[in-house]
Amino acid sequence: MRHIISLLMENESGALSRVAGLFSARGYNIESLNVAPTEDPTMSRMTIVTSGSDEVIEQINKQLNKLVDVVTVMDLTDGDHIERELMLVKVRAIGDDREELKRMTDIFRGRVIDVTDKTYTIELTGTGHKLDRFLQAIEHSLILETVRTGASGIGRGDRILKL
Amino acid sequence: MELTGAEITIRCLQEEGVEYVFGYPGGAVLFIYDELFKQEQVKHVLVRHEQAAVHAADGYARSTEKVGVALVTSGPGVTNAVTGIATAYLDSIPMVVISGQVPTSFIGEDAFQEVDAVGITRPCVKHNFLVKDAKDIAGTLKKAFYLAKSGRPGPVLVDIPKDVSNQKAEYSYPATVSIRSYNPQVQGDIGQIKRAAQMLLEAKRPMVYAGGGVILSDASKQLTELVRLLGAPCTNTLMGLGGFPASDNQFVGMLGMHGTYEANMGMQNCDVLLAVGARFDDRVIGNVAHFNSVPRKIIHIDIDPASISKRVKVDVSIVGDVGHVVSDLLSVLNSSKQKPDATALKDWWKQITEWRGANSLNYKNSSELIKPQYVIETLHKITHGDAFVTSDVGQHQMWAAQYYKFNKPRRWINSGGLGTMGFGLPAAMGVQLAHPGATVACVTGEGSIQMNIQELSTCKQYNLPIKIVALNNRYLGMVRQWQEFFHGNRYSHSYMDALPDFVKLAEAYGHVGILVEKPSDVEGALKEAFARKDDLVFLDFRTDSTENVYPMVPGGKGLSEVILAEDL
Ligand SMILES: Cc1cc2nc3c(=O)[nH]c(=O)nc-3n(C[C@H](O)[C@H](O)[C@H](O)COP(=O)(O)OP(=O)(O)OC[C@H]3O[C@@H](n4cnc5c(N)ncnc54)[C@H](O)[C@@H]3O)c2cc1C
Ligand SMILES: Cc1ncc(C[n+]2csc(CCOP(=O)(O)OP(=O)(O)O)c2C)c(N)n1
Ligand SMILES: [Mg+2]
Repeated sequence: MRHIISLLMENESGALSRVAGLFSARGYNIESLNVAPTEDPTMSRMTIVTSGSDEVIEQINKQLNKLVDVVTVMDLTDGDHIERELMLVKVRAIGDDREELKRMTDIFRGRVIDVTDKTYTIELTGTGHKLDRFLQAIEHSLILETVRTGASGIGRGDRILKL
Repeated sequence: MELTGAEITIRCLQEEGVEYVFGYPGGAVLFIYDELFKQEQVKHVLVRHEQAAVHAADGYARSTEKVGVALVTSGPGVTNAVTGIATAYLDSIPMVVISGQVPTSFIGEDAFQEVDAVGITRPCVKHNFLVKDAKDIAGTLKKAFYLAKSGRPGPVLVDIPKDVSNQKAEYSYPATVSIRSYNPQVQGDIGQIKRAAQMLLEAKRPMVYAGGGVILSDASKQLTELVRLLGAPCTNTLMGLGGFPASDNQFVGMLGMHGTYEANMGMQNCDVLLAVGARFDDRVIGNVAHFNSVPRKIIHIDIDPASISKRVKVDVSIVGDVGHVVSDLLSVLNSSKQKPDATALKDWWKQITEWRGANSLNYKNSSELIKPQYVIETLHKITHGDAFVTSDVGQHQMWAAQYYKFNKPRRWINSGGLGTMGFGLPAAMGVQLAHPGATVACVTGEGSIQMNIQELSTCKQYNLPIKIVALNNRYLGMVRQWQEFFHGNRYSHSYMDALPDFVKLAEAYGHVGILVEKPSDVEGALKEAFARKDDLVFLDFRTDSTENVYPMVPGGKGLSEVILAEDL
């Protein structure tokens, strides 16, 4: 099953490689991983999307907790949560395609954030699933470039990941 | 008070009460060596190879309750140390390794003797640090010692660039240490402990499986009391030997790949299994599906939550330190009105006694060829079962584990997890330094001993009267055994040709060597060697080169699918 694991870790050089190294050394999957500082400058928050059997996910959680730089770990998929990912897509936009691309962007509640006479750059946020569907909905040959952040997530309501 | 980074480093070691540092100098640690020179409290032992420095620190730690310390230079110093660090990591041994690094301004430039020490060691340390400022050295070393010995112990590397060791900074050694992201759980959950107690009291066929965690926790007294109270059979892993006295009737021997028949059958057929500081290693529970094919309840005590339900799912997990948890378990059991089921235990012991009757460690002695098992049994006799025994890796290691009956913890010093040939002699140096007057034997093979033979020179320099018991079978015996069993007797590169004359070699290093070729000379040679209290003696026993280690549960097989000596 797919799991979204969120963790807080010390903002130390090398902390990221400890997490990445753990996944490769133990053969765990990483679908995506992102990390950025939090409002507390001593800590970074990382979101890892992974998959595996219940036993593997249990081990992943335990092994992450065991890393000295990791402050706290939460499997968001254990409860109610919100998942968002940001995607930027550059598409070839000439002639009739310009109108069609704009229409699709509106339907998916995206925004065109850069325009040239031949291209649009579209910004879209949502679940990974929604972003996939957008890419399927537009003509494949028009896609020049895509970049995605990988999922970020947060618990709903009182589910809070804090020290 | 302003001190240089090097002065601070040595002050910290003094504060930690470090008695010995095992090391080897080089450019990046020259300032640290200079400070070592100027003081006498911390003694330095100059090894002949950095791997040996780490193994010696490891042997020192295993035979005491202290943290081992090694000091190596940058680049090749660190890479040579890696095998030692990984050895300590796999067996959870508390250790601090200090490595020199190129000056901070050179880092990343492929500088002379630069390697990414933190990167290279990351997968085989509990934690590591690169210190970028002298003001951080004291705090980092304090954390390093704390991390190394608390929770599940392990090696910690502290990498200190050369300029940092020469930089001045304000010094004060922190009195306390706390790391917000690291809080090992020592006390076990009392609810879980009560559940465990109830389960054990209701057991018809209880079994205790105790591992290295008992030794690391210094909890063999509590474990022994618990086993006696439960009336259950007790087995030890290779790493747990000595955690429960081998001469006790409730001891059924080591379990696993080369465990006794009764221990493995007991594991397979018990109805409640109490695992104490043991991690269900693949050399212990060969085939998990086979193990799970019989129903049983499992209680697991371990300080590392990640050890629990890793390979084998358990029913009651108790995260905590063995000493604390077993003491609590004892008080719960002692205050319960219910007692272990005496009738059921009687039947269970009847069954165990029957398995014991298979006499799975029996071997046929010979008057022509020296049997390795006989050498170990005689070693046990001559040393009254009270020596510190270190070992290398191979058949000789298994025979030492099987036939030297350890009654005390921290007496059996071997590399179980990584299985590092070359561990035995340097580890024995650490043990001998930690226990100056004690009898220390290093059981080894002619293959393994050559992996760190240069340490005979260190032994001479520091007058370490270790007794090297080499079971010289002219083969990489353990490899040869697998080739005999599983590769059609094709002994591909497992024959040891062109061996040195070990007696002359020992003499060349200034020691005593004894060649033993006849079974009738075994006891006399051992007596003579151990009577030489002040000499290192190298005993070269020419043993039967075709002997195999039995019993054997082949890799991937179930615990009851065992090959016994008599089957062949
Ligand atoms: C050639 C060869 C053959 C081998 N054959 C066998 C064999 O037949 N049988 C066998 O048993 N092994 C054998 N081994 C060794 C095997 O590879 C493992 O090293 C060993 O089985 C592990 O022992 P253990 O489970 O006691 O764990 P250890 O590696 O000793 O780990 C200790 C466990 O205790 C926990 N712990 C540590 N401190 C504490 C504490 N204070 N409180 C609570 N828990 C704590 C740790 O978290 C860990 O889970 C062999 C090795 C070699 C090289
Ligand atoms: C550093 C290292 N290399 C290779 C091995 C694989 N190995 C395990 S046992 C063994 C043979 C050891 O030979 P020897 O020391 O003579 O012991 P014996 O088995 O003959 O008693 C080998 C090569 C190992 N454990 N360690
Ligand atoms: Mg050999």
